[in-house]
Amino acid sequence: MNSTWSRFNITSIVLGFAFLYLPIVLLIVFSFNESKLVTVWGGFSTKWYVSLFHNQGLMDATWVTARVGVISATVATVLGTLAAITLTRYTRFRGRVLFSGMVFAPLVMPEVITGLSLLLLFVAVGLDRGFFTVALAHITFTMCFVAVVVQSRLVSFDRSLEEAAMDLGAPPVKTFFQITLPVILPAIISGWMLAFTLSLDDLVIASFTSGPGATTLPMKIYSQVRLGVTPEINAACTILIAVVAIGVIIASIANKRREIQRQLDEQAAQRG
Amino acid sequence: MKSLGTIRRDFAPWNDPNAKPYIQFDKVTKKFGDFTAVNHLSLTIFEREFFALLGASGCGKSTLLRMLAGFEEPTAGRILLDGQDLRGIPPYKRPVNMMFQSYALFPHMTVEKNIAFGLKQEGMPAPDIEKRVAEMLKLVKLEQFAKRKPHQLSGGQRQRVALARSVAKRPKVLLLDEPLGALDKKLREETQFELMDLQQELGLTFVVVTHDQEEAMTMADRIAIMDKGEVMQVATPAEIYEAPTSRFVAHFVGNVNMFEGKVAERTASTTRITGATGAEIVVDNGGNATAGSDIVFAIRPEKIKVSSKKPADAVNALEGEVYDVAYLGDMTVYHIRLDDGQIVRASALNASRITEDPLTWNDRAWVSFRPDAGVVLTR
Repeated sequence: MNSTWSRFNITSIVLGFAFLYLPIVLLIVFSFNESKLVTVWGGFSTKWYVSLFHNQGLMDATWVTARVGVISATVATVLGTLAAITLTRYTRFRGRVLFSGMVFAPLVMPEVITGLSLLLLFVAVGLDRGFFTVALAHITFTMCFVAVVVQSRLVSFDRSLEEAAMDLGAPPVKTFFQITLPVILPAIISGWMLAFTLSLDDLVIASFTSGPGATTLPMKIYSQVRLGVTPEINAACTILIAVVAIGVIIASIANKRREIQRQLDEQAAQRG
Repeated sequence: MKSLGTIRRDFAPWNDPNAKPYIQFDKVTKKFGDFTAVNHLSLTIFEREFFALLGASGCGKSTLLRMLAGFEEPTAGRILLDGQDLRGIPPYKRPVNMMFQSYALFPHMTVEKNIAFGLKQEGMPAPDIEKRVAEMLKLVKLEQFAKRKPHQLSGGQRQRVALARSVAKRPKVLLLDEPLGALDKKLREETQFELMDLQQELGLTFVVVTHDQEEAMTMADRIAIMDKGEVMQVATPAEIYEAPTSRFVAHFVGNVNMFEGKVAERTASTTRITGATGAEIVVDNGGNATAGSDIVFAIRPEKIKVSSKKPADAVNALEGEVYDVAYLGDMTVYHIRLDDGQIVRASALNASRITEDPLTWNDRAWVSFRPDAGVVLTR
């Protein structure tokens, strides 16, 4: 492989990363701005972070978002896992193609349509819009992402593990909880984290299905920005970025470590 | 106390008309859609027998094993184990255990937990489980690996864990699906003998599925040769090799020379066969061949003697030319092209270091064999 740093290579890397990360870097830098004016640098300060924690509206929105995220990700993980199992295991039931199409359609469905149709449904059945409806809407649209992640793991799952468990005397339900579930757990956790993240940054569907007293963080930020960007919002976004980045870094380090440990173990096993 | 060898030597319940069958396949058929995997098959296996199902892939041997384990139900017919009809009994309630080809070790459990899994399912008290697991680890010589996970073991060690796990519950029957398929040749040979000893020690009935004839010949008391969902022959390894009942079996196990011909004359003690080109073969045992019928005479390469001159006392001697010689060290394989064009394979054991009558490419040669050296096949 040719690994020389040609001028062309360097230019494209710099431009590519600038394109991706310059806006985010600006946002982080201006969150430490002393001045109230967002675009004018007035010296370094952390005061916006302090005032952020005294902003009751933002704190409430954060709390709502966290609760919606945890509840919807958990329910969506259960439902998505069940759908994935049905789709991989029962390959010959009538209407399987239709069913799998319907499970995966929300992946490509425009959010506006999902949001609007859910709003119409909630109005039609007379459901008061609020925390519950947002959570319900998030379950609906994140479930299919969980199903995709879990299904890809189940496809490579060795069915003889389950047969071995049954052969050794474990009935099907016990086999599922003692063998299948622990083996596919990493995929289920990834699915949960994906669902949680999707719920966390959803604005469109939440706007359609939310009601009084159930404003999520993205909705709050969006409404404040319409009145003008404050450094406080920058600070809130920086914290959000930090949380996500730390999560991703921890996950990848854990993954890497596991991989290295596994390789070492396998080498040890080869030596006997 | 009788040695294991003596027990094995005297063990032949299939010749005893009063012996009670242990596993019985009774006219079993299994269809997958339009495909018939097992076709109207009947088979009897006896207690403490080491039984091998041998066949090419897709012959239905694995399906047979899976039906015994309960993963598949027969489309028709019944399977009896110790007199009990197994129909409708789910795998987790059958007194049989299986060792899987992939081993199917639970990746998230240690060796110890893997072995204890089956015992826990039947509600054995914890101290007893501990004792049995220790016993099993000792049996497969893996005591120091108890706390390891499957991915921390070598292929041979994994195989032994799978074995320990499947015998831990003391099943009535142990099913082994290609148990040595994933091991390298040397390890496979060692493990074959280990499996035989283990079977004797535990006194279990083993049913093993394999496509490796050497493996089946080494380990099994009896072998069933399968083809297209049917059993072609069930017999001891020696009978399968020396007295195959069909061309398929003769061909499938070992090397064989086949002579097409017609029965020219048939008496109680001899059968005279005329080959397609007029060469004559005289054999002792004609089986059920009748005069005038088309048959095949099958003879193993090591039963044929190759010499440069026609042996004076030979009943059957055919002349030809050395077409190929392969020196393998312990023996030499000759390919002789007979004067009628047929190529005969003959192998000679190199019992002495210097051969008195060396033959080489293009030499004239005679192949000769005794009247009882081969078999006459009618199908």
